Amino acid sequence: MNVLELSRWQFGITTVYHFLFVPITIGMAFLVAGFEAAWLRTGHERWLRLTKFYGTLFLINFALGVVTGIVQEFQFGMNWSEYSRYVGNIFGAPLAIEALLAFFLESTFLGLWIFGWDKLPARLHNACMWTVAVGTTLSAYFILVANSWMQHPVGYTYNAHKHIDELSNFLAVLFNPAQLAGFPHVIAGCFLTAGALVTGVAMWHLMRARGEKDGDGSTRTADIAAFRSAVKAGGITALAGAVVTIATGDIQGKLFTTRYQPMKMASAEALYHTAKPAPFSLLTIGTLNGSKPVFQITLPRLLSFLATGNWDATVRGIDNLQAHYSQVYGPGSYIPVVPVVYWSFRLMIGVGLLAALIALISLWSIRRGALPRYRWLAWPVIALPLLPLAANSFGWIMTETGRQPWLVYGQLKTSAGVSANSAGEVLASMIVLTLLYGVLAVIESGLLLKYIKAGLPAEPEPGEAGGPAETAALVY
Amino acid sequence: MHLSDLWFIAIAVLWAGYFVLEGFDFGVGILLPVLGRGDAGRRVMINAIGPVWDGNEVWLLTAGGATFAAFPFWYASMFSAFYLPLLIVLVALILRGVAFEFRGKRESARWRFRWDAALFLGSLIPAILWGVAFGNVLRGIPLNAAHNYTGNFFTLLNGYALLGGLATVTLFTLHGAVFLALKTTGDLRRRAAGLAWRIGVAAVLAGGGFLAWTEAAHRAPGHGGSTGAASVALAALAAVSLVGGVLASRAGREGLSFAGTAIAIVATTGALFTALYPRVLPSTVAPGYDLTVANAASAGQTLALMTVVAAIFLPLVLAYQGWTYWVFRKRIIAPPPAEAPAADRSVASS
Ligand code: HDD
Ligand code: HEM
Ligand code: HEM
Repeated sequence: MNVLELSRWQFGITTVYHFLFVPITIGMAFLVAGFEAAWLRTGHERWLRLTKFYGTLFLINFALGVVTGIVQEFQFGMNWSEYSRYVGNIFGAPLAIEALLAFFLESTFLGLWIFGWDKLPARLHNACMWTVAVGTTLSAYFILVANSWMQHPVGYTYNAHKHIDELSNFLAVLFNPAQLAGFPHVIAGCFLTAGALVTGVAMWHLMRARGEKDGDGSTRTADIAAFRSAVKAGGITALAGAVVTIATGDIQGKLFTTRYQPMKMASAEALYHTAKPAPFSLLTIGTLNGSKPVFQITLPRLLSFLATGNWDATVRGIDNLQAHYSQVYGPGSYIPVVPVVYWSFRLMIGVGLLAALIALISLWSIRRGALPRYRWLAWPVIALPLLPLAANSFGWIMTETGRQPWLVYGQLKTSAGVSANSAGEVLASMIVLTLLYGVLAVIESGLLLKYIKAGLPAEPEPGEAGGPAETAALVY
Repeated sequence: MHLSDLWFIAIAVLWAGYFVLEGFDFGVGILLPVLGRGDAGRRVMINAIGPVWDGNEVWLLTAGGATFAAFPFWYASMFSAFYLPLLIVLVALILRGVAFEFRGKRESARWRFRWDAALFLGSLIPAILWGVAFGNVLRGIPLNAAHNYTGNFFTLLNGYALLGGLATVTLFTLHGAVFLALKTTGDLRRRAAGLAWRIGVAAVLAGGGFLAWTEAAHRAPGHGGSTGAASVALAALAAVSLVGGVLASRAGREGLSFAGTAIAIVATTGALFTALYPRVLPSTVAPGYDLTVANAASAGQTLALMTVVAAIFLPLVLAYQGWTYWVFRKRIIAPPPAEAPAADRSVASS
């Protein structure tokens, strides 16, 4: 593999890995803050215990989100130096603002939250977690501004003398229409992810409680009440997230098909030839270079409707777009790897919606004070936290690979953005990071499982006024 | 003054902030095997920096992001040139970062020992390599006309840069010892203060030597004027406050000695950046290939935007980070003896 291919693999691996932790952090920050607020408002111990329980899972996850983020921050300069020179004027700004506005907020106030249980008044302590949640959302906004600009560059002028893009209108960059559709989609996906995690873990405990016949009845009743609350909060969050991802995903699809990146959406539908009206593909097997489909099952007219809102509209196909781009940008292939885009698009939607369905069944199964009754729900419940993680990864894989061969759409090709480093260096870093990330994934999963299995922290003694269980000064 | 000059200063400030704050975090990590007696003792040390280490690290991320925005050519050339050393730093920071969160999450002594080792190495390696990196920036690296690096990993291992590494690691270790003396009680406090004296001698020698070598041989040529004089003055300030900090520690004036090492680190960073100016990454191939404040900077719009953002948010960040230090101002007290057997038991059990 050459430097370009290695750098692409390395970026793909490290970024998809980073984004396993990101959505959990974003969604859980709000949920944990909400649990703590519910405790302050109602005074019910179960909310405090849920805060501690899910707070621990949140912190274990957050640690990996932070350390993998550091790699992201430096990777552009290390591996994509030509790209960094070309776009730094515009792309660097949101990145720097993200650090200044968001990362400081997240890290500082999380430190206060972890260590501040007995040092801060209860409301202020809770406010720290809300601040963390706001910080994660700001962070997402600014990094997605940067990403949206690569998908759909706006607010810049090209400096032909220096061969770089320069900023001309920052507001246009901040409120890029691609961002306005993409940001709610990603954030809603984060809520779906965190909601599914909270629900899945709580359901697992409820199903186990049903299996056990005896034990200390009183704690068990308290645990069951707490986990029922968690299923409700998590399940509703997940469903709300799913509804918004669907609505915003539809908007994104229309924008990208008709305006920004018709080639990406044609690939996502494996629509090889321009069609009026266009059918929606249920299953397409085609050639890798996108020259023609080999086998297809389609629903007539549906794609025209999904892509434009009109049952009769024309949707441009891959062959037609390729001919068009060759004229505009010069000879070369402008077709991404169609099966990857096509299948990751379907998997994003399918897997994400499956998670929403399981969340809905979970909610249904605990209605009217019942413990979940359906045995067959055990495996779906265990899968529930994992499905949205997969959906997020597929979403990014489709968005990023569907943009190829462009790094900055219509302006800078991926092949022109890579650093002048040796393949050996990049291979070394890819191996080191992949191995390290693999090991950390195993350790992290082990810890999460340990704390999930351990269940809710003990209930405070009646006289204890709900203080924290551990000695607050020595948390680590 | 151009906005690009202002941003050169801003980046110097961000690095100075990073080194002062993360400097004592690194120092505490490096001293973990030296000063940390038993699991309880090591926990006290780690928890002394527990609430703040992540916020301190963000100074580095902001320095990186600000360099990207204000000097894209600098960011691109420097980080691709230092590819392997930077990879090593990243691995170290990753291990250190997870160690904080993971260490206390299992009772086993073996588990804790491993994360303590990760904390130690994850602090030691960056503490050395940042100095090596800055040494190479000041000395210059082989950059061609396209500002791409033409050397290899071993080009970066020269005497001057290695002395830089020695300077930062001793400075940070001293800073960490002084911080521990300020933040802990009893036996640990005494031993940290005692150690500060001995590390102080090493830091004065290595730091002083590095600064002297910088002023003598690696200051921007043709800029003997105002910035040259400023660099010498800052180096002198660094030396004085370092010696003062060490002496104050000897005299048991813990607050004063921490202020001394902090000022020494800021002044050292300032001396290095002023010696570098107006270059940002000199080329050893030909002076014409130097990256400078002028040719590496972003255009006016970006710099103006960033100036406004920084003017609003940097004071805010300083305010709430300052508040955090105030909330956690009390000394960390080792757990009462009643708890100690529990910790020993976990050591014995595996
Ligand atoms: C949609 C959200 C999102 C996306 C697309 C990314 N990140 Fe991220 N990042 C976050 C959302 C986030 C977060 C929620 O703010 C994190 C996750 C866990 C955490 O600790 O904060 C974070 C952490 C995090 C950190 C550590 C911050 C700290 O120390 O507190 C850095 C330096 C980055 N990220 C940088 C990046 C870069 C350069 C990306 C682009 C390739 C990137 N992230 C993609
Ligand atoms: C602001 C955020 C992001 C930026 C600036 C960005 C930018 C880039 C860049 C520079 C590349 C390298 C070019 C290439 O390999 O094709 C890339 C590729 C890639 N990115 Fe992103 N990305 C961002 C977020 C993400 C996220 C969050 C994910 C997934 C979780 C992701 C998934 C990928 C994948 C899978 C590739 C490899 C695609 C390929 O090589 O075909 N990206 N992106
Ligand atoms: C009916 C449901 C959905 C539709 C129609 C849909 C549509 C889309 C489209 C068109 C894009 C590409 C936008 C671009 O190229 O920039 C996209 C990206 C993405 N999707 Fe979905 N999506 C759906 C469900 C989901 C679910 C359930 C998740 C995760 C839980 C998810 C996560 C993502 C992510 C992370 C991206 C990449 C970020 C972005 O480009 O905005 N999507 N989605």
